[in-house]
Formats: sequence, C-alpha cells, structure tokens
Amino acid sequence: MTTESDLKPRYVGQSMKRREDPQLITGRGTYLDDIKLPAMLHVALVRSPYAHAQITAIDARRALNRRGVVAVFTGQDMLDINPLPCAWQAGRVTNHVNTPRALAVDTVRHVGEPVAMVLAEDRYVARDAADMVDVSYEPLPAVVDARDAIQPGAPQLHANAPNNIVMEWEAGDRAKTDAAFAQAEVVVAEPIINQRLIPTPMETRGTVARYDAATGEFTVWMTSQAPHVMRLLLTAFVFGIPETKLRCISPHIGGGFGQKIFCYNDMAFTMWAARKLGRPVKFVEERSENYRASTHGRDHITDAELCGRRDGTITGLRVKTHANLGAYLSTIAPGIPTTLYGRIITGVYAIPAAYCHVTGVYTNTAMVDAYRGAGRPEASYLIERMVDRFAAEIGMDPAEVRRKNFIQPDQFPYENGLGLLPYDSGNYAPALDKALEMVGYADFRALQAEARTQGRYVGLGISSYVEICGVAPSAWIGLAGEGWGAGLFESANVRVHLTGKVVVTTGSLPHGQGLETTFAQIVADELGVPYADVEIEWGDTQGTPFGYGTYGSRSLTVGGTAIKKSLDKIKAKAKRLAAHMLEANADDIEFADGKAFVRGAPAQAKTLAEIALQASVAYSLPEGMEPFLDETSYYDPPNCTFPFGTHIGIVEVDPETGHVDLQRYIAVDDCGNLINPLVVEGQIHGGIVQGIAQALYEQAIYDTNGQLLTGTLLDYAIPTAAMAPHIETAHTITPSPVNPLGVKGAGEAGTIGAAQCVMNAIIDALAPLGVKHMQMPATPERVWKAIHKEL
Amino acid sequence: MTKITLTVNGTRYTRDVEPRTLLVHFLREQLNLTGTHIGCDTSQCGACVVHLNGVSVKSCTTLAVQCDGAEITTIEGLAPEGTLHPLQEAFWELHGLQCGYCTPGMIMSAADLLAKNPHPTPSEIRHGLEGNLCRCTGYENIVRAVSSAAEKMGSPDA
Ligand code: FES
Ligand code: FES
Repeated sequence: MTTESDLKPRYVGQSMKRREDPQLITGRGTYLDDIKLPAMLHVALVRSPYAHAQITAIDARRALNRRGVVAVFTGQDMLDINPLPCAWQAGRVTNHVNTPRALAVDTVRHVGEPVAMVLAEDRYVARDAADMVDVSYEPLPAVVDARDAIQPGAPQLHANAPNNIVMEWEAGDRAKTDAAFAQAEVVVAEPIINQRLIPTPMETRGTVARYDAATGEFTVWMTSQAPHVMRLLLTAFVFGIPETKLRCISPHIGGGFGQKIFCYNDMAFTMWAARKLGRPVKFVEERSENYRASTHGRDHITDAELCGRRDGTITGLRVKTHANLGAYLSTIAPGIPTTLYGRIITGVYAIPAAYCHVTGVYTNTAMVDAYRGAGRPEASYLIERMVDRFAAEIGMDPAEVRRKNFIQPDQFPYENGLGLLPYDSGNYAPALDKALEMVGYADFRALQAEARTQGRYVGLGISSYVEICGVAPSAWIGLAGEGWGAGLFESANVRVHLTGKVVVTTGSLPHGQGLETTFAQIVADELGVPYADVEIEWGDTQGTPFGYGTYGSRSLTVGGTAIKKSLDKIKAKAKRLAAHMLEANADDIEFADGKAFVRGAPAQAKTLAEIALQASVAYSLPEGMEPFLDETSYYDPPNCTFPFGTHIGIVEVDPETGHVDLQRYIAVDDCGNLINPLVVEGQIHGGIVQGIAQALYEQAIYDTNGQLLTGTLLDYAIPTAAMAPHIETAHTITPSPVNPLGVKGAGEAGTIGAAQCVMNAIIDALAPLGVKHMQMPATPERVWKAIHKEL
Repeated sequence: MTKITLTVNGTRYTRDVEPRTLLVHFLREQLNLTGTHIGCDTSQCGACVVHLNGVSVKSCTTLAVQCDGAEITTIEGLAPEGTLHPLQEAFWELHGLQCGYCTPGMIMSAADLLAKNPHPTPSEIRHGLEGNLCRCTGYENIVRAVSSAAEKMGSPDA
C-alpha cells in the first residue's frame, strides 16, 4: 500500500535534462535585443570621456540635422524625475547617499557616465549622430584608488561626503580582538587586495520601453534579475507614479552574475523618452559601454592580521578594509562589503575573537555592487589566504590547521560573534577529507618533494569555504539595522486547472540556473502529476506574484520553498474536497502519488485531476469552500543557509616565465539536498571558473586619470575554454534545517571557493623561493616579479 | 544601398543593404533570424558565429555585402526543422548551456571544428573553441558535449 511517507520521489534528485533548452539550442530564445516593436526608436548615448568634469555646454544641433534622428535629450530635460534609489543603506550611509541620475546633470564623475541620449529610426544612424553631439567639459582632478580618495586634499566627488567616505562600518569585538593579539604567540599580517572585476554576462544589458498615453501605462522589457523590484523602484522612487502604471518583463536573460540585479539609468531614460515621444524606445549596451558604465565587483584593499598559538590554534582575526564603491551608490552596493563580507570573515573556523572595520569610499570609477558571491568571495579569500600564511609561519600542514580550527558539528547552530544569524548546519571535515582523498594528498607531498629536487615548482592549494545563501529573514536584514529597504521573502502561486494541468508562477527570475526544470521536478513529485503537466511561469510583473528575484543563491532555498508551501496548501484543500467527494472525514484522507484516498482504502481514490475538476466546476463543494485549487504563498525564511565545501587545486609554476599551469581542480561542495545534480554541477563548474579567472586572469584597471584600460573584451581577460581546467566534482550532503527542502543554494559556491584555492597552490609551489604572499591576478609578470622579489 | 542576393538556411533572399551593414545585423534585423547573438564589439566572443559557405565566421566582423552570392547557415538552419543536430542533442543532454546566450555561436563553431577534426581530444576541443566565450558553464560540459557529439557523429549508425 502506498502511503505519504514511503512514496519515493520520481523526479527530485534526478539529473533531468533541462526543459529550457530546446528553445535555446535552436536559436528560438527571446533575449532583449530580439524584441522589436512597431515604430521603435533606437538609442545611442553620448558618454563622458572624462573621469571627473563639469559639463559646460551641450550642442546637439549637428546631430539633430542628421536624417533619421528624432530627438536628443540631456540630463537637464529629465529634471522631472528623481535620481535612482539606493535600496540597501547598510552601515548608516543615509547622509552620504549619492546615486546616478538618468543622465548626468552639470558634473560627470566616471568615464562612460551618460551625458546625452540620441534617438533615431535606426541603430546605425543613432550611433552616427551620437558622435555629432558636441559636449564641452571643464576637466576636474580625479581619484580612482580608495586609499588615495580619503586622503586630505584628494579630489572631492560629492558635497555631502567629506573625504569621499560613504560609510565607516564595523563588526565584531574590537577590545577582545586587540587583547587576543596582545597575548598571541604568533601574528601574521598581510595586505590583501581583492581586485576589481567586471561581471561580464555574455549578453550586455538593455531596456525596451513603451508608453500608452491613453492609459498612462508603461511596459518595460529589461535584462533584469529582479523585475518586481525594478517596478517598485522606478515607480515609487524615480517617476513618482503608481506602481500599477508599470509592467516589467524580463525575457530570456543572457547571464547576470549580479550585474543585472540593479536599477540602471537606461531604465529611467528609455521610459522618460518613450513617454515624451509616444514611441517605443530601445537601448542595448555595446560591450565597451557595459564595461565602462554597468557595475563592477569586489575592489577591496585590506590589511589582515591573524594570530594564534604554535600548536595551530587560531585565536584572533583583525581586518581593516577599504571598499571602493565607485562614483555613486548602486542599488545594493553598501550591503556587499558589510553584511555579506564583514560578518563572515572568520569562515569555517571557530575563532574566538574577530573584528572587521570597513570604510566605503567614492572614487571616479564605475559603480561597484554585487558580483557573483558578493562579499563572500572577498571574505573567504581573505581568511583562507591568512590561514595558509599562518600554517606556513608555524610550519604546520595547512590541512591540519584547517581541521584543528573547524567549527565542530556539535557547535551548530553556530554564532560567529560578527552579528550574523547562526550558521544553520555544517560538517566541514568530511568535505576536506574527501577532497584530500580525491587529490591523493599524501602521495602529492612526496611527488612535490621530488619535483623540487628537480627544480620544478608544483604546489597544492586548499580552500575550505562557507557562504551565506538565501539572505533573509526580512526582520533581520530590514529591521535589525542592516539597512535593507525592503523584505527578502519570495513568492509562488500554484493553480491546478480544470484539466488537471498545473501552473506555477514564481517571483524568482531564472537566467541560466535551470529553475524551470528544478521547480517542475519538485511540483511533479509533490502533486504526483506528470512532469510534463507542470508549467513554470516567471519574469512578468503582470501575472506573477511580487517577488524579489534571483541572486544570492536564493531561488531554490527561498523561491523553491515558497512553491513547496503553496503545494502543501493545494494538497490540504484537495484532501478536504476529496473527503467531501468520498463522504469521509478529512482527517482520514491521505494524499499520495497524485491521489487522495481514505487511509487504508486506496482503491477508491480521487485523482488530483478529478478533484481539480470538482473544485473548478464547483457544483458540489464542502460548506464554505471557495472554488478552484489556487494557492499563493510568501516564504520568509527563519534564517539564511550556509553552504560549504573544500576545493583543492594543483599548479605547476614555470620559474623562468612565471606561467602558472593549473593542472587539477577538485571541488567537494555541500549545498544540502540536490534536486537536480546535473544542474547543480553546472552551477559549480561555472562558479569555479569565474573564481579561477580572478586568481589568474581578470582585473579591471583604471589609470590615474580614471581611464578604464581594460575597457573591452580585448583587454579584460575572461577565460576561454583553453584557459579553464578540467574540473572534478563531488558532494557531501548536509541538509539545511532552515527549509523543508533541505537545500542550501549552489549558484555562488564555486566562485566563493576558487580564487584562494589557486593562489594558495601558487604560493605553496613557490615556497622554496621564499614567496609567502602575492596579489591576484597571478599573471606571469606578477609571478615572475614575486619570484625575483620585485613585488 | 547595394543589392545583394544570398541563400540563408536554404532560402534565397534579395535585399538592399547599406554597404556598411554587418552580416549579424542583416540576419537579425532584416531576416529576423535572432538566434545569432552579439556579445562584444571587438570580435572576441563568438556569440555571432555562423557558417559562410560552410566555414565558421564571426558575423559581427563580416559585411553583408561580402556575402553576395554566398550560402549562410545560422543556428536556426543547422538541422532540418523539427530535428536536432547531434551537437544540439549533446548540448541538451550534457547540460552544455545555462543562459544559452553563447550557445548558438558555440554550436556553430563546434560544428566547424568537427568538420575539420572529427575526433578531437578534449584539449583540441578547448583550443578549437577559443574564439567563443561562455561565462556560465566553465566550459566543462561544453567540452563533454562536443566530445559526445563527435563520438555519435563518427559512429556507423549516425
Ligand atoms: S559579437 Fe562578439 S565576436 Fe561577434
Ligand atoms: S551559457 Fe551563458 S554564456 Fe554560455
């Protein structure tokens, strides 16, 4: 007999190939630039060539004379709309907030800041005409480095932010930490630079805006990871119109990695122009525009100190970070180097005393905001580099130092003393052991010793990380002083239609994560319906419940659980209705395998389709029951989840050229239960290569005048297939107790684990040459200089 | 304006184009074949790869007028309607795509690679696809997919 408890999942846990793919592999997807509307105008922007300047005059006459040009607008034309909002004012930034306007007014503060928009019938004409707009500038001195920007006499970006300081923020116990250092047997200290990166989704960003003058309604297609949030920000904050007058639609999104979470000025100026001209307006960034003016990530300069005993016990961690936030505050920028970084700097270790101070700084550079991992890669890089540095200092095996200091399984839920909610669950040693076993650790050390006798420099790097996913609950992130201006729940509606087909609408916003497949697996199992009968809908604020979107590895933990809650409600109602149909007591009804039946009498079951039909035609319903199986849930988790794992890399460094050959990469990740292992593995692979790219290849570089020297894909080295290693993966599984699915999140894990793994391997390889530390990216030049002490 | 005649996915088209029109814009804007994507402005990313007389080219760096008289194949025409090319099958089967933005160009480049080297090693695949950037997959499953497609295409019953 089938019961609820012994029913095996048919889909959950299976590596099902993705239902998203048939469209995408045949070129039938719909990305933003594929959208064409009748009478649509194309936008080309005039952007500032200066990092800091006064705009003294804008003359658009030549452009307006060009055939095909319809209008040219400047910031002065758009003073009737507000600057973009900053929605996460962490660290009491309130009085120092400066955000971009739709187009610059009077002053430009970074290269690429938009100054004027040209609208034309054709994209080539728009581009031609943009070059014909004459803008006069009075250049001002610029500053690009966070430490330089806070010095007396540095160029000032904003009147309300003296010394360019956005905020001073701290976490942990300073006095206790200072005392730990005063008593320590061993102290190691290093400058740790987490260089600026450019997220680089393969699709750039863009917006298509349409305005209907008869109804006063906007429809805006956007490359957004969070269309509901954009709707809220653009109406309530930028335009001051009812939220109901804007419909936001995210079509297929060509990757986001955080860069597409935020509210951008193109959303505002396309809407403004569409309303003004009464014609649809399209703007799509070129790659070099994306590099100069969409958000960047990381850019921390840190002084890190770690102390401990000669037996390998870590007793204290003290961190001072300068976080470069760029010329203005992007939508959630202040929250990244604070809540998502400073509160997790102790990583997987039980460190009794820790303190973190962060200074957020304005500079004449592109805005910095969340990029895959967002704060957590910076934190895990820092602690994992320092732990290796400490191990080398006391001459102890880095794996043993890690094992000795891990938070132990019986310490969960674990409070780290940095103002974070307690770590939900974890068991760190098995992941480390598995990775060491996969790499053949003991054998490796012997091979390494032998290689060294031959003058070969091979090294092994270990990274044991923990991260924060599904950031919530709203009461913590909002009320408890983290400065978040909204909630962080997620929503889902589930309807079982008259024909028994199931439609799920979600506030999550898949853009490569395979959520349609993963969610459908959960729904089909829970309701016991064929997988093909489940449809997942997303991306349109008209027709999906309000949700916060997809980022921070939150969509399965928070969005998936919202779906699960609605499914539970559907099943509860189906049981009550089945009891009515079977003339039984509702308490005696079980629901399993898509059927409701009286416990012990499965032969007279009612299928979900029969129940849905009865609910929909509504001829006979129990007293007081509303027709239709239709349930909405908003899930606000009681805690974040804390995925973890250990990654190990092996490199060989050529001491002649400084070239690093990454020969093996092993990742053992624990993201709780796996709904679709194939999809999870893909997330891990992609994340790891982004982390490796930070270690070896990528860096956004500004010269001292604020010119972006890595302004195209020609100069900014995102890895090709030949630059990426083969990746060996495995999992341990520690279900999260936070949500009923037992999932922890997987989208950022790879990135959070990878960079320090590669750097630790390089430094291990070069240890015989006296190299103790070096900065990323470990380009051949930098490695060569480290070997030759020309740091 | 210049008149050009070319065959795209088996259909002949005659159109007037500005001489400076890029092939990618011609395909996307005039023929509504939006499966060919644009990911950069420096000919790095390969999102725009199509076949010109059977050989892969970056359509963002090719003028439409250069294709007068040519045969073009895009992702939409790689396999007959309603069927999938073995590479498309393999990308689906082995999770060789996530956001899908790089995928059309990646598959078109891989098809050309396999035409030139039907049995590539993983390393040859990695080097053969160096003109195509993917930010999502880390390439691991792309390499697996191309290897698997190569095997299937090489086997006698393919
Ligand atoms: S669009 Fe990037 S290479 Fe063609
Ligand atoms: S699948 Fe997203 S860029 Fe390759």
